[in-house]
Amino acid sequence: MSTLELHAVTKSFGATHVIQHIDLNVRHGEFMVFVGPSGCGKSTLLRMIAGLEDTTSGDILIDNHVVNTVSAADRGCAMVFQSYALYPHMSVHANMAFGLENMGMRKDLIHEKVTATAKLLRLDNLLDRRPTQLSGGQRQRVAIGRAIVREPKIFLFDEPLSNLDAELRVSMRSELRELHHRLGATMIYVTHDQVEAMTLADRIVVLRQGQIEQVGSPQELYERPANTFVAGFIGSPRMNFIPISSLSGMPAHPFVPTPNTQTLGIRPEHFVLCAPHEGLTVTVTNTEYMGSQTLVQATLQDGTKIEALLQDTTPPALHQTLSLKTSATHIHSFDANGQAIGNHA
Amino acid sequence: MVLKFLTRTRHAQRFGWTDALSYAYLVIGLFTLFAPVLWLLMSSFKTEAAIGEFPPTFLPYTQRTVHIDNYPQPLPLFNVTTEQGVVKPMAQVSRIGIMATMVDPAKPQETLQVNIQQRQPVRELSFATRNYTELFDKFAFGKYLFNSVFITVVATVLTLLFNSMAAFALSKYKFTGQKTVFLLIIATLMIPPTIVLVPIFLVINSVGLLNSLWGVILPAVATPTGVFLLRQYMLTIPDELLEAARMDHASEWRIYWRIVLPLSAPALAVLAIFSVMWRWNDFLLPLIVLSKSEFFTLQLALNSFQGELNTQWHYLLAMTVITLLPITLVFAFLQRYITTGIASAGVK
Repeated sequence: MSTLELHAVTKSFGATHVIQHIDLNVRHGEFMVFVGPSGCGKSTLLRMIAGLEDTTSGDILIDNHVVNTVSAADRGCAMVFQSYALYPHMSVHANMAFGLENMGMRKDLIHEKVTATAKLLRLDNLLDRRPTQLSGGQRQRVAIGRAIVREPKIFLFDEPLSNLDAELRVSMRSELRELHHRLGATMIYVTHDQVEAMTLADRIVVLRQGQIEQVGSPQELYERPANTFVAGFIGSPRMNFIPISSLSGMPAHPFVPTPNTQTLGIRPEHFVLCAPHEGLTVTVTNTEYMGSQTLVQATLQDGTKIEALLQDTTPPALHQTLSLKTSATHIHSFDANGQAIGNHA
Repeated sequence: MVLKFLTRTRHAQRFGWTDALSYAYLVIGLFTLFAPVLWLLMSSFKTEAAIGEFPPTFLPYTQRTVHIDNYPQPLPLFNVTTEQGVVKPMAQVSRIGIMATMVDPAKPQETLQVNIQQRQPVRELSFATRNYTELFDKFAFGKYLFNSVFITVVATVLTLLFNSMAAFALSKYKFTGQKTVFLLIIATLMIPPTIVLVPIFLVINSVGLLNSLWGVILPAVATPTGVFLLRQYMLTIPDELLEAARMDHASEWRIYWRIVLPLSAPALAVLAIFSVMWRWNDFLLPLIVLSKSEFFTLQLALNSFQGELNTQWHYLLAMTVITLLPITLVFAFLQRYITTGIASAGVK
C-alpha cells in the first residue's frame, strides 16, 4: 500500500505564496496528473512531495506517516526529471545501480535487479553505453528504469516527455500507461500538456497560481468543469466562452441562461450546422481543413470570436454566414466569478 | 603525414602571403620560445671547460685527448702547422706563455716548441653525461628530487581535495553568508604572497613545522584561484543531477565524491597543472621553511650551486634541465583537459 495525503500544504518564498493551502488524497495505485499553466506551482508541489523542497506549513503524509522532516532519500519516492538527470560519466548500468549501491545492496543482487529492469524497458543491450550515446527516448527509459529499479512507494514524474519529439511522446505515453498497469504503483505526473494529462491520468488535478481548481477524472473535467479556467484548459481546441450579452437578437433555444449566468461555454466539437435562425449566426473568418474535420473560426455579430469543429463538411467560404447550434447538455453556464452553475451531473 | 601537416596552406595548392606571414610568425615564435631551452639543453652536456669557452658553440664539443707512452696523463691533441706548411696532429705536454711544448704521438721521445698561434685544437662532439651522473653521486641530488616530488604530489592532491570541497559548498549549497565567504576567499588574491611570508613563517615556526616538508605543503593548500576556478565550473553542473543523486539515497559526501568530482575533471586537471607548476617552481616558501640541506627542494639546491665566488655551471645546467622535465610531462599529458568538457553531456 502506498498512499499520499496532503493536508493544507503551503509553500512561500517570502511574501510570494507558490503553493496555497492544498488538500489532496492520492489513492494506492492511482495515476494522478498535476496539470496547469507554467508557473502554477505544479512542479514545486511535486518537489515538495519528493522532499527536494521543504513545506512552509501543512503536512505531507505517505502511508499515513507525516514525512515533512524526512529526507528525500528516505521518503520512498523515486523521481524522473524533465532533463532526465542521468549521470553523464556513468554507464547505463551504473546509472541504474547507483541508488541500490547507496542503499548498501549486495553486488550480485544489484546486477540481477538492473538486468531485470533493463529487460522490462528494452534497455538490455544498452547497459554499457554512456547517456551521451543514447537517443532521447532511450535516455528517457533509462531515467524511468533508474526509478523502477529501486521499487519506490511512489513514482514522481516531472514533465518527463517534454524533451521528446511529438511522435516519440505519443509512444512513450502509451508505454508509461502500460508500465503503470504492470507495476500497479502509485504515480504522480506533472505536465502542462492537457492532452498528456487526459490520456494518462486516472485523476487530474488542475492547478492555477498554487491553488487546486478542480480534481477529477478526465471525463469529469471534460464534461463538468468547475469553472471557466478548467473549462478552458481541458479540451482542445479550447472551449468557446460567449458572454450572454452577445446573444441578444439570437433565438433563445437552447441557449437559455439560468439566473446569474454571465457566460456560456460551448466546446468547438459540439457545434453542428443548422438552418438559419435556429442557432447562432456567425461570420466565418478563417477555416482549417483537416480531412474528417474542419475547424471554423468565426465571429458573432458583436465581434466575439468562436471556434467550431465541424465533422464531414466541405469548408465554408470566408465571410460566409453560418448558423451553429448545439444540444442543451453541451452548454456550460458560468456565473460572474467564472464558477460553473448547475453542473448538470 | 607530418610533412603534409607542416606544409598546409590556407587555400588548396596556392601559397598566399597570409601563409607566408603565418609561417614566419610561427617560426619566429618557435625560435624565441625554444632557442633558449635548446641552448640550455645543449649546454648541459658541455664540460666545465667547454662552457667557459669563447666564442661559445651550440653543440657540446670537447678537445680530443690521446694517450702517449712516457706520459701518465692523457694529453690534449692539436693540429700543428709546421714551418714547412704541413699540418700534423700533436699532443701538448705543457705550455708557458705563447710557447707550447708538443709531442708527436708517433715519436713520443721528441718534443717540439710550437707557437700557440700555429696550432688548432682537435675537437670532437661529445656529450658530457657525467654532468648528470655526477649529480647523483656527488650531491644528495636524489634526496632533493624526492623532496620536490613529494611536496609537489602531496600538495597538489591536497589542493585539489580541499579546493574542490570548498568550491562544492560554495556552488551547490545555499546558506547565509555564502557570498561573503566567497568574496573573502577571492579577496585574498589581492594580498601579495610576500606580505604574508613573515606571518606564515611565524605560524610554521610556532607549530613546529620548520624544516619539515609539511611546513611547505600545508600553508598553500587552500588557494583562492583554485576555489574560484572550480566553483565557476561546478556552477555549470546541473542541480538536477544532485537532486537525482539525493533521491538515489546518496549522502552528501557521495554526491561530492561520485557525481561532482568526476564531472569536474576538466577543471581539476587545469588546477592540477597550475598546482604542479606552483609547487615545483616554488622557491620563496621552501627557502624560509627549509634551512637544512637534507630537506632542500631542487629549486633550493639549484640556488645553493650558485656560490658567491664560484658557480659550477655544468651541474647547474644539468640540474635545470631535470627540473624542467616534470612540468613538461605534466603539460603534455594534461593539456587536452584544458579544452575538453564532459559535464553537460548527460543533461539535455
